Amino acid sequence: MKEHAVLEMKNISKTFPGVRALQNVDFTLCEGEIHALMGENGAGKSTLIKVITGVYDKDNGEAYLAGHEGPVTVHSPQEAQKLGISTVYQEITLCPNLSVAENMFIGRGSGAGLNWKKMNADTNRILQSLDIPAKANQQLGSCSLAVQQMIAIARAVDMECKVLILDEPTSSLDEQEVKKLFNLMRDLKNKGVGIIFVTHFLDQVYEVCDKITVLRDGKLVGEYEIKDLPRVQLVAKMLGKEMDDLSDIKGEQGTYTSDRSEVVYEAEGLQSNAGIRPFNFHINKGEVNGFTGLLGSGRSECVRAIFGADRVLHGKVKKNGKEVHIHKPIEAMKNGIAYLPEDRKRDGIIGDLSVRENIILALQNLKGFFKPFSKSQTYKFADEYIKLLDIKTASADTPIKSLSGGNQQKVIVARWLLANPDYLILDEPTRGIDVGTKVDIQKLVLQLAAEGKSVTFISSETDEMLRTCSRLIVMRDRQVVGELSGEDLTQNKIMSTIAGGEAKS
Amino acid sequence: MSPKAKKSFQISDLFRSQMMIPVIAILLLTIFNLIIGPSFFNIRLEENNLGNAVLSGNLITILDNGSELAILAIGMTLVTAASGGQDISVGATIAIAGSAILKILCGDNPHPETMQAPIILAFLVGILAAMACGAFNGILVAYFKIQPMVATLILFTAGRSIAAWINNNELPIIKDIEFSYFGGFIPGIAVPTPFLIAVVCVIVIFLVMKFTNLGLYTQSVGINENASKLIGLNPVTIKFMTFVILGVCVAVCGLIKVSRISSINYSVIAKDIEMDAILAVALGGNALSGGKFSMAASILGAYVIQYLTTTLYRMKVPADALPAYKAVVVILLVVLSAPTVREFFSKRSKKLKTTRRGVA
Ligand SMILES: Nc1ncnc2c1ncn2[C@@H]1O[C@H](COP(=O)(O)OP(=O)(O)OP(=O)(O)O)[C@@H](O)[C@H]1O
Ligand SMILES: [Mg+2]
Repeated sequence: MKEHAVLEMKNISKTFPGVRALQNVDFTLCEGEIHALMGENGAGKSTLIKVITGVYDKDNGEAYLAGHEGPVTVHSPQEAQKLGISTVYQEITLCPNLSVAENMFIGRGSGAGLNWKKMNADTNRILQSLDIPAKANQQLGSCSLAVQQMIAIARAVDMECKVLILDEPTSSLDEQEVKKLFNLMRDLKNKGVGIIFVTHFLDQVYEVCDKITVLRDGKLVGEYEIKDLPRVQLVAKMLGKEMDDLSDIKGEQGTYTSDRSEVVYEAEGLQSNAGIRPFNFHINKGEVNGFTGLLGSGRSECVRAIFGADRVLHGKVKKNGKEVHIHKPIEAMKNGIAYLPEDRKRDGIIGDLSVRENIILALQNLKGFFKPFSKSQTYKFADEYIKLLDIKTASADTPIKSLSGGNQQKVIVARWLLANPDYLILDEPTRGIDVGTKVDIQKLVLQLAAEGKSVTFISSETDEMLRTCSRLIVMRDRQVVGELSGEDLTQNKIMSTIAGGEAKS
Repeated sequence: MSPKAKKSFQISDLFRSQMMIPVIAILLLTIFNLIIGPSFFNIRLEENNLGNAVLSGNLITILDNGSELAILAIGMTLVTAASGGQDISVGATIAIAGSAILKILCGDNPHPETMQAPIILAFLVGILAAMACGAFNGILVAYFKIQPMVATLILFTAGRSIAAWINNNELPIIKDIEFSYFGGFIPGIAVPTPFLIAVVCVIVIFLVMKFTNLGLYTQSVGINENASKLIGLNPVTIKFMTFVILGVCVAVCGLIKVSRISSINYSVIAKDIEMDAILAVALGGNALSGGKFSMAASILGAYVIQYLTTTLYRMKVPADALPAYKAVVVILLVVLSAPTVREFFSKRSKKLKTTRRGVA
């Protein structure tokens, strides 16, 4: 083993039916470093992590751990934990129907009798120290996705570890929380912990990481010091080609006109049982607008109310000028509205069904129970969208749950594109999607708008919102507090509106 | 992967497919019986007591007696898929449906000389009764979100008394030979009628699955209810529907059962059949926690259970020891098909291969 290395993986290969997820990959993690693991969706990042932690058996290769003679074989995540490898997986693996405290302590008890009082107190202390807005005895499922993610991180960090692995931990966090996480990571780093960090946010990589390892199509591209690899080159290494300019799709926005003053959807005093204040909302033909606000400010709840995903309490809703009744998703769908939910695992994918079935489900349901598509037709649809969105899957019949996170997301996007709505609501559509595809999706949104469709876009990344939306609805404390458009669409203005008048320092 | 590779069928596909367990079970049972003595498989054309030429032999017995189970397995598979639980009241509701059928046929006199109503009418009433039971279970499960086992426990306990109450606790007997056709043989046809009915049911369900989205929707709801809601499905309706469909299956079984003896024994009719029906689903490799299913595998599973029973009878296992033997075999099959065990074997075979390569 190299000097200072805490973890060394050599010549790792892993094959799934129809996919060579990893081919002879080497990876070295030194103590006291934050090491970014980068690559496109489906490059093999999560697979490498799961091989390290024993979720998957490797087909080939060796693992070395500091303090252990010779190669180590990790058989299970529990064993990995005992060896000092603490992990936050990409998909949250906590139990939604247990309490927060139970989730924090489950599976790491020393075996000795549990002391509930102490457990709850400890949990509250940890939650407080990280500013996580949750209570120890609260059921985990009732927390927002972001809070769940923070709890998963808190759980991992709280354990004594030599290696900390974070697989896209920031995908649903906003800036504040990311900052907290980074402080935490730096603390651990100074204590000598080696951290593997997976993310699709390049900014974050350059903010905290020391080294970058890039994977492409299951193969190692290389390991680089952060200072030797500027952004453009990193992207080129990940994609295997130069990318068209990232930052400048805003230019194209000029060509698209939002004031086709035809109102497509309009709501007045809309309120659902999810605890948001009644709000008014409208969107024009060919417009892209968005909801912004801090986590938990109610932006997802607003769009859920529009789609009828939560129980609608009252409100008058007009579609294309006609008053309509939308209290259920199917009613929204029949009125040409589509909604891509925020929580992919809980609300999006039907895990055991194939990619093909997942893609056609929404359109199929619109078509009717007695009118199934022919098999060949469904293959045609699936193949079309697999190609359009460049979904990496062994075949159209692969169960969606065995796709990489970003590719699952693309399948759900495909599902709603296929349904061909005239008003599309996208709640965090680019979560977990790699840089290249992110731009593709943003372009797609603008293209849809140019075709006369309307899109409501929600994203934790203000950047992305500014790039696509021509009007932003700002939320605070579960109510709409402002609306920004035109000149006002700047980072600062958004922040100040969210904060309520004064800009945040 | 090239599209060609996808199409060509490989033996290894079978091993990964759900059909593996029932197919292997049938093979094992067949080999076993061949060793004990191939006469087991003889099929004869005999004259039955009505003077008809009918087929007889162990294989025919299996097809005949396995029919009720196969029909029930259809409904049970759907219920399992959508609700992630099982209906344990089917035995009792078969009693209700059977009792209702007899009540209509007998009218006021429990021992009429001739039937008092057309069989089709009686059957329709039976279907209605069983569908009502299914609807009752369905509402409890789908709407009130009660665990299926718990919800159906109600009819499981009360069903047989309700069945007895329908006929004022009397034992109606039908004397018409016509009525016995459904559980026996139709003159001129050498194949047992229950098997024919089962074949019809299987064809119907496969047509339904082909021409509607029943399969897709039940699986979707069973796998992820939240996500299903957001693509516009209504999990309540779909779960309810599966229970009602199971009700129809129950009514058909009820007809066959009462026709077999032209009468009914409330406490014995279709006893323990729910367990066998659930087993059939499990033997078909379907997760009892719901989601993805294979209908064909369940149906095959039902016949495997009957095959096993008949084989044990052949071995002269006494009737009351039968369940114990059955349990052992079933445990073996189910354990062998458990994912962890399968993984273990596949790992083993992989390791063997690599070490062999290493040696060579
Ligand atoms: N359990 C599995 N069964 C079959 N194939 C799998 C399984 N897990 C991953 N794969 C495949 O392995 C490849 C690598 O997936 P992996 O999850 O490691 O990607 P990733 O780099 O983490 O991508 P993302 O950024 O989208 O999370 C993908 O093509 C995926 O389809
Ligand atoms: Mg991943």
